[in-house]
Amino acid sequence: MLKILKYSFYDLIRSRWSYVYFAFYLLLGIVLLFLNNDLSKAVITLMNVIIVLVPLIGTIFGVMYYYNSKEFTELLLAQPLKRSSIFLGQYLGVALSLSMSLILGLGIPFVFYGLFESSAIWDFSLLLITGTFLTLIFTALAFNIALSNENKIKGFGYAILLWLFLAVIYDGLFLMTLIMFEDYPLDKVSLVGTMLNPIDLSRTLILLKLDISALLGYTGAVFKEFFGTNFGLIVSFTMLIVWVILPVLRIVFKSKRKDF
Amino acid sequence: MNKLFVFLAVILLVQTSYAQNIEVCNTCPTSSLKDAIIQAKDFDTITVKKGTYKEYDIIIDKPLTIIGEDYPVIDGELKGEIITIISDNVTVDGLFIINVGTSYTEDYAAIRVRKSKNFVIQNLVLEKLFFGIYIEKSSYGKVYHNKIIGDAVEEYNSGNGIQLWYSNHIKIEHNYVEHVRDGIYLEFSDDCLIKNNVSAENLRYGLHFMFSNDDVYQDNTFENNGAGVAVMFSKKIKMLNNIFKENWGTASYGMLLKEINDAEIIGNTFEENTIAINIEGSNRIVYKNNNFVNNGWAIKVRGACYTNSFVENNFLYNSFDISYNSKINDNVFDRNYWSNYTGYDLDKDGVGDVPYRPVKLFSYIVNRTPETIILLRSMFIDIIDFSEKVSPVFTPDNLMDNNPSIKKITW
Repeated sequence: MLKILKYSFYDLIRSRWSYVYFAFYLLLGIVLLFLNNDLSKAVITLMNVIIVLVPLIGTIFGVMYYYNSKEFTELLLAQPLKRSSIFLGQYLGVALSLSMSLILGLGIPFVFYGLFESSAIWDFSLLLITGTFLTLIFTALAFNIALSNENKIKGFGYAILLWLFLAVIYDGLFLMTLIMFEDYPLDKVSLVGTMLNPIDLSRTLILLKLDISALLGYTGAVFKEFFGTNFGLIVSFTMLIVWVILPVLRIVFKSKRKDF
Repeated sequence: MNKLFVFLAVILLVQTSYAQNIEVCNTCPTSSLKDAIIQAKDFDTITVKKGTYKEYDIIIDKPLTIIGEDYPVIDGELKGEIITIISDNVTVDGLFIINVGTSYTEDYAAIRVRKSKNFVIQNLVLEKLFFGIYIEKSSYGKVYHNKIIGDAVEEYNSGNGIQLWYSNHIKIEHNYVEHVRDGIYLEFSDDCLIKNNVSAENLRYGLHFMFSNDDVYQDNTFENNGAGVAVMFSKKIKMLNNIFKENWGTASYGMLLKEINDAEIIGNTFEENTIAINIEGSNRIVYKNNNFVNNGWAIKVRGACYTNSFVENNFLYNSFDISYNSKINDNVFDRNYWSNYTGYDLDKDGVGDVPYRPVKLFSYIVNRTPETIILLRSMFIDIIDFSEKVSPVFTPDNLMDNNPSIKKITW
């Protein structure tokens, strides 16, 4: 598995897209800091970008990589290798190279700007951690979609739909539910609702760290009490880890039974 | 030679019979303030030397000037009220008063002024207090340069820093109040001036008005109080050049206006408050040249607010600029600078060519269902805000700034 991981990783590192992705974040970081002059403000803007863009890139890139390297995968399958290690290796290769582009691309300008002396370092690390988690989650979901769909167009379609659902439609449904049941106590519901969507979960985690919690009023108090404590933090990170593990397990399961 | 003696004797006699000076110190013939007040005649000066005086229930019933040298300590030993002024023309200066008694039936104060005129209370330091300076049914007084440091923990068993009750024409300047219930509290008090005070870290309000008209407060700083400044049921109040900042918490705001009419709010700075101004049932108020910076809500209108005008203010980086809970709008927004404005200015006259709508759909939704705020900064919310901006359905369609400024307004 490590060998395949290494191979996929180096293959991706040499590819143009990784550089474009890396350069994009680098540019974003530099421009934000240049325009803003304020680290914590820049972190908020970055959060807006990360929670939308990272899942999108993760899904598209994952699906694309799977379909593109299909012939190579078939070649590998002919070798005496475990199926799970082939697919997990490829998955980790993609996810890690994307995470690396994200971390380095954003990290370099911020480090040069004096992140280590700033108090925003924890917010920023949280941002990078959630960004990495989102990459891991959405690449795994993308591999699932690609494994289940032979048809490329269909695969891409589902991938986009998945992203659209979690990034936009879910929030819409969530909002409608909250408005429809406004006569009932909703703080528990909203807490569960946020936990079930990794994008919402990451957003709430970062927002609460940035002390926007006071805006949330009474609901905020419930949220702050939950996410502000170590227990809440552990639960939300466990939730993110579960979000990674479940799709990865399905990759292993699916790949074992798939007829190539 | 004899003549000179006579002359000196006469001068001495005159002096002693007019403005006599009584000294109080731990080793003097008069070793307590109470004795000194009994001995003193009208318009005498009592000088209190450095030391600790364990006294309470000191009643000043004649026009005296009491001056502390090097801050003598008057220790009430938590037994009750410490100084009560019931005469006109009293001056109290430079004392350090501590340990006021706490009671659930009486409002014990460090220093109370009752039915007096022309008093001056200055340079006092009050600590460990219940109520600080309590002025009732008095007028034409001055409260200058006092420092009041409480240790209030709970609202129900703590008092206010400076409290005015049925008192008119009082000047309160350069005081510093912290850690009490309400920093400065005015009830039924008209024509007062509150200037250059700092009120911080108080449990409830930095400044609190109730049924008080024609007052002015200016150049004060209100910082990190439970809920900033509350102005309620009052008319014609001028609020000028104050700073409201860091009143941050789930139920905090910079300024709360309730049933306020004909007020002027000019030149204030609201920074990092959860809600900068919360308005309810307030009419004909002029908001001009205020800065709203980094607040959660800059202005939250709860309803029944008519004919207010918001002119030439700066709204900078607030999560919500204006929040409204109804579709009816009778307030004017004109020539403000909005940092969220995305329009253009083709004719370069400094005024945006497209009107700005400060009320977002999301703020309307949040007003209806507060829990929805957890979707703040979600992409879906941005999309619905955008569509509402293009064609307003839920937000009042005449609520807009027709002449949004392109540059930050300076004055």
